[in-house]
Amino acid sequence: MAIAKVCGIETEYGIQVRGAESNPVAASSVLINAYVSGVLRQVGWDFNDEQPGNDARGFSFEHFFAPEVESQLVNTVLTNGARYYVDHAHPEVSTPECVNALEVVRFDRAAEEIIRASMLAARRLLNDGSEIVTYKNNSDGKGNSYGCHENYLVDRSTPFARIVSQITPHFVSRQVFCGAGKVGSELAGTSSTAVPYQISQRADFFEEEVGLETTLKRPIVNTRDEPHCDAQKYRRLHVIVGDANMSEVATYLKVGTTAIVLAMIEDDQIGTDLTLANPVSAIRQISHDPSLTRTVLLRDGRRLTALELQWSLFERARTYERSHGLACVGESIASDLMARWEAVLTGLGTDRASVAHWVDWVAKARLIEGFADRHGLSADDARLKALDLQYHDMRAERCLANRMGLEVLISHDDVRTAMTEPPQTTRAYFRGTCLQRWPDQIVAANWDSMVFDIGREPLRRVPMMEPLRGTAEHVAALFDQCATAAELLARLGS
Amino acid sequence: MAERTQKQKPTPARTEEAVESAPSPTAQGDKLKAELDDLLDEIDEVLETNAEDFVKSYVQKGGE
Repeated sequence: MAIAKVCGIETEYGIQVRGAESNPVAASSVLINAYVSGVLRQVGWDFNDEQPGNDARGFSFEHFFAPEVESQLVNTVLTNGARYYVDHAHPEVSTPECVNALEVVRFDRAAEEIIRASMLAARRLLNDGSEIVTYKNNSDGKGNSYGCHENYLVDRSTPFARIVSQITPHFVSRQVFCGAGKVGSELAGTSSTAVPYQISQRADFFEEEVGLETTLKRPIVNTRDEPHCDAQKYRRLHVIVGDANMSEVATYLKVGTTAIVLAMIEDDQIGTDLTLANPVSAIRQISHDPSLTRTVLLRDGRRLTALELQWSLFERARTYERSHGLACVGESIASDLMARWEAVLTGLGTDRASVAHWVDWVAKARLIEGFADRHGLSADDARLKALDLQYHDMRAERCLANRMGLEVLISHDDVRTAMTEPPQTTRAYFRGTCLQRWPDQIVAANWDSMVFDIGREPLRRVPMMEPLRGTAEHVAALFDQCATAAELLARLGS
Repeated sequence: MAERTQKQKPTPARTEEAVESAPSPTAQGDKLKAELDDLLDEIDEVLETNAEDFVKSYVQKGGE
Protein backbone atom coordinates (compact mmCIF):
# COMPACT_ATOMS: atom_id res chain seq x y z
CA MET A 1 0.00 0.00 0.00
CA ALA A 2 1.06 3.56 -0.71
CA ILE A 3 2.75 5.34 2.19
CA ALA A 4 1.36 8.49 3.82
CA LYS A 5 1.81 11.42 1.46
CA VAL A 6 3.58 13.81 3.79
CA CYS A 7 3.85 17.03 1.79
CA GLY A 8 4.82 20.66 1.82
CA ILE A 9 5.25 23.67 -0.41
CA GLU A 10 8.03 26.22 -0.81
CA THR A 11 7.39 29.57 -2.41
CA GLU A 12 9.83 32.14 -3.73
CA TYR A 13 8.26 35.58 -3.80
CA GLY A 14 9.02 38.27 -6.35
CA ILE A 15 10.49 41.31 -4.61
CA GLN A 16 10.70 44.98 -5.51
CA VAL A 17 12.00 47.98 -3.58
CA ARG A 18 10.15 51.25 -4.08
CA GLY A 19 11.54 54.65 -3.25
CA ALA A 20 15.17 53.57 -2.72
CA GLU A 21 18.03 51.89 -4.50
CA SER A 22 18.50 48.34 -3.34
CA ASN A 23 19.39 44.93 -4.66
CA PRO A 24 16.97 42.04 -4.22
CA VAL A 25 19.32 39.98 -2.04
CA ALA A 26 19.73 42.82 0.44
CA ALA A 27 16.01 43.60 0.30
CA SER A 28 15.12 39.97 0.97
CA SER A 29 17.47 39.96 3.96
CA VAL A 30 15.96 43.15 5.35
CA LEU A 31 12.48 41.70 4.92
CA ILE A 32 13.25 38.50 6.80
CA ASN A 33 15.35 40.17 9.48
CA ALA A 34 12.59 42.69 10.10
CA TYR A 35 10.20 39.83 10.81
CA VAL A 36 12.56 37.63 12.76
CA SER A 37 14.01 40.37 14.94
CA GLY A 38 10.51 41.27 16.02
CA VAL A 39 9.28 37.74 16.57
CA LEU A 40 11.91 35.26 17.56
CA ARG A 41 15.60 34.86 18.00
CA GLN A 42 17.17 33.62 14.82
CA VAL A 43 18.13 29.99 14.80
CA GLY A 44 20.57 29.01 12.09
CA TRP A 45 19.95 26.40 9.50
CA ASP A 46 22.37 23.51 9.44
CA PHE A 47 23.69 22.70 5.98
CA ASN A 48 25.60 19.55 6.91
CA ASP A 49 22.88 17.32 5.60
CA GLU A 50 21.91 19.28 2.53
CA GLN A 51 22.76 17.47 -0.67
CA PRO A 52 20.84 19.19 -3.45
CA GLY A 53 23.31 17.81 -5.99
CA ASN A 54 22.22 14.22 -5.41
CA ASP A 55 20.25 12.83 -8.30
CA ALA A 56 17.37 10.37 -7.99
CA ARG A 57 18.63 8.56 -11.06
CA GLY A 58 21.49 7.27 -8.91
CA PHE A 59 24.47 9.51 -9.53
CA SER A 60 25.75 12.63 -7.81
CA PHE A 61 27.00 15.94 -9.16
CA GLU A 62 29.61 17.09 -6.70
CA HIS A 63 29.73 20.84 -6.22
CA PHE A 64 26.79 21.13 -8.56
CA PHE A 65 25.10 23.45 -6.14
CA ALA A 66 26.93 25.26 -3.43
CA PRO A 67 24.89 25.51 -0.26
CA GLU A 68 27.67 27.52 1.37
CA VAL A 69 26.71 30.41 -0.91
CA GLU A 70 23.26 30.32 0.60
CA SER A 71 24.50 29.87 4.13
CA GLN A 72 25.84 33.41 4.19
CA LEU A 73 22.35 34.67 3.63
CA VAL A 74 19.55 35.05 6.10
CA ASN A 75 18.15 31.69 6.92
CA THR A 76 15.90 30.92 9.81
CA VAL A 77 13.47 28.41 11.24
CA LEU A 78 10.17 29.57 12.64
CA THR A 79 8.25 28.22 15.62
CA ASN A 80 5.60 26.85 13.25
CA GLY A 81 8.27 24.54 11.85
CA ALA A 82 8.67 26.48 8.59
CA ARG A 83 11.91 27.74 7.09
CA TYR A 84 12.11 31.41 6.07
CA TYR A 85 15.18 32.40 4.10
CA VAL A 86 16.81 34.17 1.18
CA ASP A 87 17.07 31.88 -1.82
CA HIS A 88 19.10 33.37 -4.64
CA ALA A 89 17.50 36.79 -4.90
CA HIS A 90 14.09 36.06 -3.40
CA PRO A 91 12.53 35.68 0.01
CA GLU A 92 11.28 32.11 0.33
CA VAL A 93 9.09 30.30 2.81
CA SER A 94 9.00 26.51 3.05
CA THR A 95 6.00 25.25 4.94
CA PRO A 96 6.54 22.64 7.62
CA GLU A 97 5.83 19.03 6.71
CA CYS A 98 2.08 18.44 6.52
CA VAL A 99 -0.07 15.31 6.43
CA ASN A 100 -2.55 16.50 3.82
CA ALA A 101 -3.35 19.16 1.24
CA LEU A 102 -5.60 21.18 3.55
CA GLU A 103 -2.77 21.46 6.06
CA VAL A 104 -0.50 22.64 3.26
CA VAL A 105 -3.04 25.35 2.40
CA ARG A 106 -3.17 26.40 6.05
CA PHE A 107 0.61 26.80 6.26
CA ASP A 108 0.89 28.37 2.82
CA ARG A 109 -1.65 30.97 3.95
CA ALA A 110 0.34 31.45 7.16
CA ALA A 111 3.43 32.00 4.97
CA GLU A 112 1.57 34.73 3.07
CA GLU A 113 0.68 36.46 6.33
CA ILE A 114 4.28 36.15 7.52
CA ILE A 115 5.37 37.83 4.28
CA ARG A 116 2.75 40.57 4.83
CA ALA A 117 3.85 41.11 8.42
CA SER A 118 7.46 41.24 7.19
CA MET A 119 6.64 43.98 4.67
CA LEU A 120 5.04 46.08 7.41
CA ALA A 121 7.92 45.45 9.81
CA ALA A 122 10.47 46.34 7.10
CA ARG A 123 8.67 49.58 6.35
CA ARG A 124 8.90 50.60 10.00
CA LEU A 125 12.54 49.55 10.11
CA LEU A 126 13.56 51.41 6.94
CA ASN A 127 11.70 54.49 8.09
CA ASP A 128 12.67 56.51 5.00
CA GLY A 129 9.48 56.21 2.99
CA SER A 130 10.86 53.34 0.94
CA GLU A 131 8.91 50.16 0.73
CA ILE A 132 9.64 46.51 0.01
CA VAL A 133 6.84 44.94 -1.99
CA THR A 134 6.49 41.23 -2.68
CA TYR A 135 4.53 39.28 -5.27
CA LYS A 136 3.35 35.69 -5.06
CA ASN A 137 3.85 34.90 -8.72
CA ASN A 138 6.46 33.07 -10.82
CA SER A 139 7.58 35.37 -13.58
CA ASP A 140 8.51 38.98 -14.24
CA GLY A 141 7.11 38.81 -17.76
CA LYS A 142 10.61 39.30 -19.18
CA GLY A 143 11.86 35.75 -19.20
CA ASN A 144 12.87 35.45 -15.54
CA SER A 145 11.12 32.84 -13.47
CA TYR A 146 11.21 31.79 -9.82
CA GLY A 147 9.57 28.81 -8.32
CA CYS A 148 6.83 27.42 -6.17
CA HIS A 149 7.95 23.90 -5.38
CA GLU A 150 6.00 21.06 -3.85
CA ASN A 151 7.43 18.10 -1.97
CA TYR A 152 5.87 14.68 -1.47
CA LEU A 153 7.07 11.68 0.50
CA VAL A 154 7.22 8.60 -1.70
CA ASP A 155 8.26 5.04 -1.11
CA ARG A 156 11.89 4.40 -2.02
CA SER A 157 10.94 1.00 -3.40
CA THR A 158 8.81 2.54 -6.15
CA PRO A 159 10.94 2.55 -9.33
CA PHE A 160 11.82 6.16 -10.13
CA ALA A 161 11.36 5.58 -13.85
CA ARG A 162 7.73 4.65 -13.16
CA ILE A 163 7.20 7.84 -11.20
CA VAL A 164 8.66 9.91 -14.04
CA SER A 165 6.60 8.36 -16.80
CA GLN A 166 3.31 8.14 -14.90
CA ILE A 167 3.27 11.49 -13.08
CA THR A 168 4.10 13.43 -16.25
CA PRO A 169 0.56 13.39 -17.75
CA HIS A 170 -0.71 14.90 -14.47
CA PHE A 171 2.03 17.54 -14.34
CA VAL A 172 1.28 18.54 -17.92
CA SER A 173 -2.51 18.72 -17.55
CA ARG A 174 -3.22 19.73 -13.93
CA GLN A 175 -2.58 23.37 -14.86
CA VAL A 176 -6.20 23.54 -16.08
CA PHE A 177 -7.20 23.98 -12.42
CA CYS A 178 -3.97 25.14 -10.77
CA GLY A 179 -2.49 27.46 -13.41
CA ALA A 180 -2.21 31.02 -12.12
CA GLY A 181 -2.69 32.68 -15.53
CA LYS A 182 -0.35 35.00 -17.40
CA VAL A 183 -0.72 37.86 -19.85
CA GLY A 184 1.39 37.13 -22.95
CA SER A 185 4.15 34.62 -23.50
CA GLU A 186 7.84 34.50 -22.60
CA LEU A 187 8.62 31.80 -25.10
CA ALA A 188 11.07 33.08 -27.71
CA GLY A 189 9.30 33.73 -30.99
CA THR A 190 5.77 33.79 -29.52
CA SER A 191 3.99 37.10 -29.92
CA SER A 192 1.29 38.57 -27.71
CA THR A 193 -1.01 38.30 -30.73
CA ALA A 194 -0.45 34.56 -30.89
CA VAL A 195 -0.71 34.13 -27.08
CA PRO A 196 -2.46 37.13 -25.49
CA TYR A 197 -3.18 35.14 -22.34
CA GLN A 198 -2.16 31.72 -21.09
CA ILE A 199 -3.11 29.33 -18.32
CA SER A 200 0.23 28.89 -16.56
CA GLN A 201 2.93 31.26 -15.30
CA ARG A 202 5.57 28.58 -15.66
CA ALA A 203 4.89 26.49 -18.78
CA ASP A 204 7.06 28.73 -21.00
CA PHE A 205 10.11 27.84 -18.90
CA PHE A 206 10.13 24.06 -19.18
CA GLU A 207 12.57 22.58 -21.69
CA GLU A 208 13.21 19.00 -20.57
CA GLU A 209 11.11 16.01 -19.52
CA VAL A 210 13.33 14.97 -16.65
CA GLY A 211 16.50 16.29 -14.99
CA LEU A 212 18.22 17.83 -12.01
CA GLU A 213 18.19 21.49 -13.00
CA THR A 214 15.89 24.08 -11.48
CA THR A 215 17.17 27.37 -12.89
CA LEU A 216 17.83 26.64 -16.55
CA LYS A 217 16.67 23.91 -18.91
CA ARG A 218 13.99 23.23 -16.33
CA PRO A 219 12.59 19.69 -16.35
CA ILE A 220 8.93 18.73 -15.88
CA VAL A 221 10.07 16.05 -13.43
CA ASN A 222 12.92 17.14 -11.20
CA THR A 223 15.30 14.42 -10.08
CA ARG A 224 16.75 16.05 -6.97
CA ASP A 225 17.21 13.23 -4.48
CA GLU A 226 17.54 14.81 -1.11
CA PRO A 227 15.01 13.05 1.07
CA HIS A 228 15.64 14.90 4.38
CA CYS A 229 14.62 11.66 6.08
CA ASP A 230 15.49 7.97 6.04
CA ALA A 231 16.89 7.55 2.52
CA GLN A 232 16.59 3.78 2.68
CA LYS A 233 12.83 3.99 3.03
CA TYR A 234 11.80 7.23 1.37
CA ARG A 235 12.21 9.67 -1.44
CA ARG A 236 11.09 13.28 -1.41
CA LEU A 237 9.69 14.01 -4.83
CA HIS A 238 10.62 17.64 -5.50
CA VAL A 239 8.11 19.17 -7.89
CA ILE A 240 9.12 22.36 -9.67
CA VAL A 241 6.49 22.47 -12.40
CA GLY A 242 3.71 24.28 -10.50
CA ASP A 243 2.58 27.89 -10.28
CA ALA A 244 2.20 29.73 -6.98
CA ASN A 245 -1.51 30.07 -6.36
CA MET A 246 -3.49 32.90 -4.82
CA SER A 247 -6.59 30.68 -4.69
CA GLU A 248 -6.65 28.41 -1.66
CA VAL A 249 -8.74 25.85 -3.51
CA ALA A 250 -6.19 25.79 -6.35
CA THR A 251 -3.36 25.01 -3.91
CA TYR A 252 -5.57 22.40 -2.25
CA LEU A 253 -6.36 20.70 -5.56
CA LYS A 254 -2.80 20.97 -6.84
CA VAL A 255 -1.32 19.25 -3.79
CA GLY A 256 -4.25 16.92 -3.12
CA THR A 257 -4.61 15.52 -6.63
CA THR A 258 -0.85 15.11 -6.98
CA ALA A 259 -0.73 13.18 -3.70
CA ILE A 260 -3.49 10.90 -4.99
CA VAL A 261 -1.76 10.28 -8.33
CA LEU A 262 1.52 9.52 -6.55
CA ALA A 263 -0.24 7.05 -4.26
CA MET A 264 -1.72 5.35 -7.34
CA ILE A 265 1.75 5.16 -8.91
CA GLU A 266 3.16 3.56 -5.76
CA ASP A 267 0.40 0.97 -5.90
CA ASP A 268 0.90 0.63 -9.66
CA GLN A 269 -2.68 1.60 -10.48
CA ILE A 270 -2.16 4.19 -13.23
CA GLY A 271 -0.90 2.26 -16.22
CA THR A 272 1.10 3.56 -19.13
CA ASP A 273 -1.60 4.39 -21.67
CA LEU A 274 -1.63 8.13 -20.86
CA THR A 275 2.04 8.58 -21.79
CA LEU A 276 2.50 11.71 -23.87
CA ALA A 277 4.44 11.76 -27.12
CA ASN A 278 6.11 15.08 -26.27
CA PRO A 279 5.44 16.37 -22.74
CA VAL A 280 7.44 19.61 -23.20
CA SER A 281 5.45 20.80 -26.19
CA ALA A 282 2.24 19.47 -24.60
CA ILE A 283 2.64 21.54 -21.42
CA ARG A 284 3.03 24.68 -23.54
CA GLN A 285 0.25 23.83 -25.97
CA ILE A 286 -2.14 23.34 -23.07
CA SER A 287 -1.01 26.53 -21.35
CA HIS A 288 -1.35 28.55 -24.55
CA ASP A 289 -4.95 27.43 -25.08
CA PRO A 290 -7.40 28.93 -22.56
CA SER A 291 -10.25 27.56 -24.69
CA LEU A 292 -9.19 24.11 -23.42
CA THR A 293 -10.04 22.59 -26.80
CA ARG A 294 -6.59 21.84 -28.20
CA THR A 295 -5.53 18.19 -28.11
CA VAL A 296 -2.08 16.83 -27.35
CA LEU A 297 -0.54 13.72 -28.87
CA LEU A 298 -0.15 10.56 -26.83
CA ARG A 299 2.54 8.00 -27.51
CA ASP A 300 -0.08 5.50 -28.68
CA GLY A 301 -1.26 7.93 -31.36
CA ARG A 302 -4.44 9.16 -29.67
CA ARG A 303 -5.06 12.86 -29.16
CA LEU A 304 -6.65 14.10 -25.92
CA THR A 305 -7.46 17.50 -24.47
CA ALA A 306 -6.05 18.45 -21.08
CA LEU A 307 -9.51 17.99 -19.58
CA GLU A 308 -9.78 14.51 -21.09
CA LEU A 309 -6.40 13.63 -19.57
CA GLN A 310 -7.63 14.91 -16.21
CA TRP A 311 -10.92 13.00 -16.47
CA SER A 312 -8.94 9.82 -17.19
CA LEU A 313 -6.83 10.39 -14.10
CA PHE A 314 -9.90 11.26 -12.04
CA GLU A 315 -11.77 8.10 -13.11
CA ARG A 316 -8.74 6.00 -12.21
CA ALA A 317 -8.56 7.76 -8.85
CA ARG A 318 -12.23 6.96 -8.26
CA THR A 319 -11.53 3.28 -8.94
CA TYR A 320 -8.45 3.43 -6.72
CA GLU A 321 -10.46 5.03 -3.93
CA ARG A 322 -12.83 2.05 -4.01
CA SER A 323 -10.12 -0.61 -4.17
CA HIS A 324 -7.41 0.87 -1.93
CA GLY A 325 -9.00 3.76 -0.04
CA LEU A 326 -7.41 7.21 0.21
CA ALA A 327 -6.19 7.15 3.81
CA CYS A 328 -2.66 7.96 2.65
CA VAL A 329 -3.69 11.44 1.42
CA GLY A 330 -5.66 12.19 4.58
CA GLU A 331 -8.82 10.34 5.59
CA SER A 332 -10.51 13.54 6.75
CA ILE A 333 -10.20 15.34 3.42
CA ALA A 334 -10.27 12.53 0.85
CA SER A 335 -13.95 12.61 -0.10
CA ASP A 336 -14.00 16.42 -0.22
CA LEU A 337 -10.89 16.39 -2.38
CA MET A 338 -12.40 13.94 -4.84
CA ALA A 339 -15.65 15.90 -4.97
CA ARG A 340 -13.84 19.15 -5.70
CA TRP A 341 -11.61 17.51 -8.30
CA GLU A 342 -14.71 16.26 -10.11
CA ALA A 343 -16.51 19.59 -9.70
CA VAL A 344 -13.64 21.67 -11.06
CA LEU A 345 -13.31 19.47 -14.16
CA THR A 346 -17.07 19.63 -14.70
CA GLY A 347 -17.07 23.39 -14.28
CA LEU A 348 -14.14 23.93 -16.63
CA GLY A 349 -15.83 21.79 -19.25
CA THR A 350 -19.28 23.36 -19.03
CA ASP A 351 -19.53 26.79 -17.41
CA ARG A 352 -16.11 28.36 -16.92
CA ALA A 353 -17.45 31.19 -14.75
CA SER A 354 -18.74 28.65 -12.23
CA VAL A 355 -15.15 27.93 -11.13
CA ALA A 356 -13.87 31.52 -11.18
CA HIS A 357 -13.90 31.39 -7.35
CA TRP A 358 -11.54 28.38 -7.39
CA VAL A 359 -9.25 28.70 -10.39
CA ASP A 360 -6.71 31.54 -10.55
CA TRP A 361 -6.29 31.69 -14.31
CA VAL A 362 -10.07 31.88 -14.78
CA ALA A 363 -10.44 34.62 -12.16
CA LYS A 364 -7.55 36.57 -13.65
CA ALA A 365 -8.90 36.15 -17.19
CA ARG A 366 -12.23 37.67 -16.13
CA LEU A 367 -10.38 40.63 -14.68
CA ILE A 368 -8.14 41.13 -17.72
CA GLU A 369 -10.94 40.71 -20.27
CA GLY A 370 -13.33 42.93 -18.31
CA PHE A 371 -10.75 45.68 -17.97
CA ALA A 372 -9.66 45.45 -21.62
CA ASP A 373 -13.30 45.65 -22.75
CA ARG A 374 -14.11 48.58 -20.53
CA HIS A 375 -11.16 50.65 -21.70
CA GLY A 376 -10.88 49.29 -25.23
CA LEU A 377 -7.32 48.08 -24.73
CA SER A 378 -5.27 46.00 -27.12
CA ALA A 379 -3.77 42.70 -25.94
CA ASP A 380 -0.28 44.16 -25.52
CA ASP A 381 -1.33 47.17 -23.42
CA ALA A 382 0.94 47.64 -20.41
CA ARG A 383 -2.08 48.07 -18.15
CA LEU A 384 -3.05 44.43 -18.69
CA LYS A 385 0.43 43.30 -17.67
CA ALA A 386 0.17 45.59 -14.64
CA LEU A 387 -3.13 43.96 -13.66
CA ASP A 388 -1.50 40.56 -14.03
CA LEU A 389 1.32 41.52 -11.64
CA GLN A 390 -1.01 43.23 -9.23
CA TYR A 391 -3.20 40.14 -8.98
CA HIS A 392 -0.27 38.69 -6.99
CA ASP A 393 0.65 41.82 -4.96
CA MET A 394 1.08 40.72 -1.35
CA ARG A 395 0.00 44.08 0.08
CA ALA A 396 -3.53 43.34 1.24
CA GLU A 397 -4.86 46.70 0.05
CA ARG A 398 -3.31 46.33 -3.42
CA CYS A 399 -3.81 42.63 -4.03
CA LEU A 400 -6.32 42.11 -6.83
CA ALA A 401 -6.76 38.38 -6.18
CA ASN A 402 -8.25 39.37 -2.81
CA ARG A 403 -11.05 41.15 -4.63
CA MET A 404 -12.01 38.30 -6.94
CA GLY A 405 -14.28 36.44 -4.52
CA LEU A 406 -11.98 33.42 -4.25
CA GLU A 407 -13.31 30.79 -1.86
CA VAL A 408 -11.63 30.72 1.54
CA LEU A 409 -10.89 27.32 3.10
CA ILE A 410 -8.95 28.41 6.17
CA SER A 411 -10.42 30.74 8.76
CA HIS A 412 -8.58 33.89 9.81
CA ASP A 413 -7.98 32.42 13.28
CA ASP A 414 -6.56 29.19 11.89
CA VAL A 415 -4.16 31.17 9.70
CA ARG A 416 -3.05 33.30 12.68
CA THR A 417 -2.42 30.18 14.73
CA ALA A 418 -0.40 28.56 11.92
CA MET A 419 1.96 31.56 11.85
CA THR A 420 3.44 30.46 15.16
CA GLU A 421 2.15 26.98 16.01
CA PRO A 422 3.49 23.92 14.19
CA PRO A 423 1.32 21.17 12.71
CA GLN A 424 0.40 18.57 15.33
CA THR A 425 0.72 15.58 13.08
CA THR A 426 4.29 15.52 11.70
CA ARG A 427 7.84 15.87 13.07
CA ALA A 428 7.43 19.63 12.53
CA TYR A 429 5.63 19.53 15.87
CA PHE A 430 8.88 18.52 17.59
CA ARG A 431 10.92 21.13 15.70
CA GLY A 432 8.47 23.96 16.30
CA THR A 433 7.85 23.14 19.95
CA CYS A 434 11.59 22.95 20.73
CA LEU A 435 12.01 26.37 19.10
CA GLN A 436 9.17 27.77 21.19
CA ARG A 437 10.46 26.30 24.42
CA TRP A 438 14.24 26.55 24.21
CA PRO A 439 15.32 28.90 21.40
CA ASP A 440 18.52 29.85 23.26
CA GLN A 441 19.71 26.27 23.39
CA ILE A 442 19.13 25.35 19.77
CA VAL A 443 22.18 26.14 17.68
CA ALA A 444 20.91 24.65 14.45
CA ALA A 445 17.78 23.16 13.03
CA ASN A 446 17.19 21.19 9.90
CA TRP A 447 14.37 19.20 8.35
CA ASP A 448 15.74 15.97 9.79
CA SER A 449 17.63 17.04 12.91
CA MET A 450 17.98 19.58 15.70
CA VAL A 451 21.28 20.51 17.34
CA PHE A 452 21.23 21.57 21.01
CA ASP A 453 23.84 23.31 23.12
CA ILE A 454 23.05 22.72 26.77
CA GLY A 455 26.38 24.03 27.98
CA ARG A 456 28.13 21.28 29.85
CA GLU A 457 28.36 18.68 27.08
CA PRO A 458 29.35 18.55 23.43
CA LEU A 459 26.63 19.74 21.05
CA ARG A 460 23.84 17.19 20.91
CA ARG A 461 22.19 16.33 17.60
CA VAL A 462 18.70 14.87 17.71
CA PRO A 463 17.98 13.06 14.45
CA MET A 464 14.43 13.18 13.08
CA MET A 465 14.57 10.71 10.24
CA GLU A 466 10.88 9.74 10.34
CA PRO A 467 8.53 12.51 9.12
CA LEU A 468 5.63 11.04 11.10
CA ARG A 469 7.47 10.73 14.42
CA GLY A 470 7.74 13.60 16.87
CA THR A 471 4.05 14.46 16.52
CA ALA A 472 1.92 15.87 19.32
CA GLU A 473 0.56 12.38 19.91
CA HIS A 474 4.10 11.06 20.42
CA VAL A 475 5.82 13.83 22.33
CA ALA A 476 3.34 16.38 23.73
CA ALA A 477 3.28 14.58 27.08
CA LEU A 478 7.08 14.39 27.07
CA PHE A 479 7.32 18.15 26.50
CA ASP A 480 4.95 18.67 29.43
CA GLN A 481 7.24 16.63 31.66
CA CYS A 482 10.45 18.44 30.68
CA ALA A 483 11.20 21.88 32.06
CA THR A 484 14.55 22.20 30.30
CA ALA A 485 16.19 21.14 27.07
CA ALA A 486 18.65 19.09 29.12
CA GLU A 487 15.77 17.11 30.61
CA LEU A 488 14.32 16.53 27.18
CA LEU A 489 17.65 15.28 25.83
CA ALA A 490 18.12 13.03 28.84
CA ARG A 491 14.66 11.53 28.31
CA LEU A 492 15.23 11.12 24.57
CA GLY A 493 18.62 9.51 25.20
CA SER A 494 17.37 7.03 27.76
CA MET B 1 -7.47 16.74 11.71
CA ALA B 2 -7.70 17.83 15.32
CA GLU B 3 -6.93 21.44 14.43
CA ARG B 4 -9.47 21.57 11.69
CA THR B 5 -12.92 20.31 12.40
CA GLN B 6 -14.82 22.65 10.14
CA LYS B 7 -16.41 20.57 7.41
CA GLN B 8 -16.19 21.73 3.84
CA LYS B 9 -18.74 20.96 1.25
CA PRO B 10 -17.71 21.05 -2.37
CA THR B 11 -19.45 23.97 -4.00
CA PRO B 12 -19.63 23.82 -7.75
CA ALA B 13 -21.57 27.00 -7.07
CA ARG B 14 -23.35 28.20 -10.13
CA THR B 15 -23.98 24.91 -11.85
CA GLU B 16 -25.99 23.80 -8.81
CA GLU B 17 -27.80 27.10 -8.57
CA ALA B 18 -28.69 26.80 -12.19
CA VAL B 19 -30.34 23.45 -11.56
CA GLU B 20 -32.22 24.58 -8.46
CA SER B 21 -33.52 27.98 -9.41
CA ALA B 22 -33.03 27.71 -13.17
CA PRO B 23 -32.29 31.34 -14.00
CA SER B 24 -32.01 31.93 -17.71
CA PRO B 25 -28.45 31.87 -19.05
CA THR B 26 -28.85 35.54 -19.92
CA ALA B 27 -29.86 36.48 -16.37
CA GLN B 28 -26.95 34.52 -15.00
CA GLY B 29 -24.59 36.22 -17.45
CA ASP B 30 -25.99 39.66 -16.51
CA LYS B 31 -25.44 38.95 -12.82
CA LEU B 32 -21.84 37.98 -13.41
CA LYS B 33 -21.31 41.03 -15.55
CA ALA B 34 -22.73 43.31 -12.85
CA GLU B 35 -20.40 41.77 -10.27
CA LEU B 36 -17.47 42.27 -12.58
CA ASP B 37 -18.45 45.89 -13.22
CA ASP B 38 -18.46 46.61 -9.49
CA LEU B 39 -15.09 44.96 -9.25
CA LEU B 40 -13.67 47.00 -12.10
CA ASP B 41 -14.90 50.19 -10.45
CA GLU B 42 -12.96 49.27 -7.34
CA ILE B 43 -9.91 48.19 -9.28
CA ASP B 44 -9.67 51.55 -11.03
CA GLU B 45 -9.04 53.00 -7.58
CA VAL B 46 -6.23 50.68 -6.49
CA LEU B 47 -4.44 50.25 -9.79
CA GLU B 48 -0.80 51.28 -10.07
CA THR B 49 -0.83 54.82 -11.48
CA ASN B 50 1.80 54.48 -14.15
CA ALA B 51 1.32 51.00 -15.53
CA GLU B 52 4.07 51.26 -18.10
CA ASP B 53 6.77 52.28 -15.59
CA PHE B 54 5.53 49.73 -13.09
CA VAL B 55 5.67 46.88 -15.60
CA LYS B 56 9.06 48.01 -16.92
CA SER B 57 10.58 48.26 -13.45
CA TYR B 58 9.36 44.85 -12.36
CA VAL B 59 12.52 42.87 -13.16
CA GLN B 60 13.43 39.79 -11.15
CA LYS B 61 16.44 37.60 -10.97
CA GLY B 62 15.67 34.01 -11.84
CA GLY B 63 15.35 31.92 -8.72
CA GLU B 64 15.03 28.33 -7.51
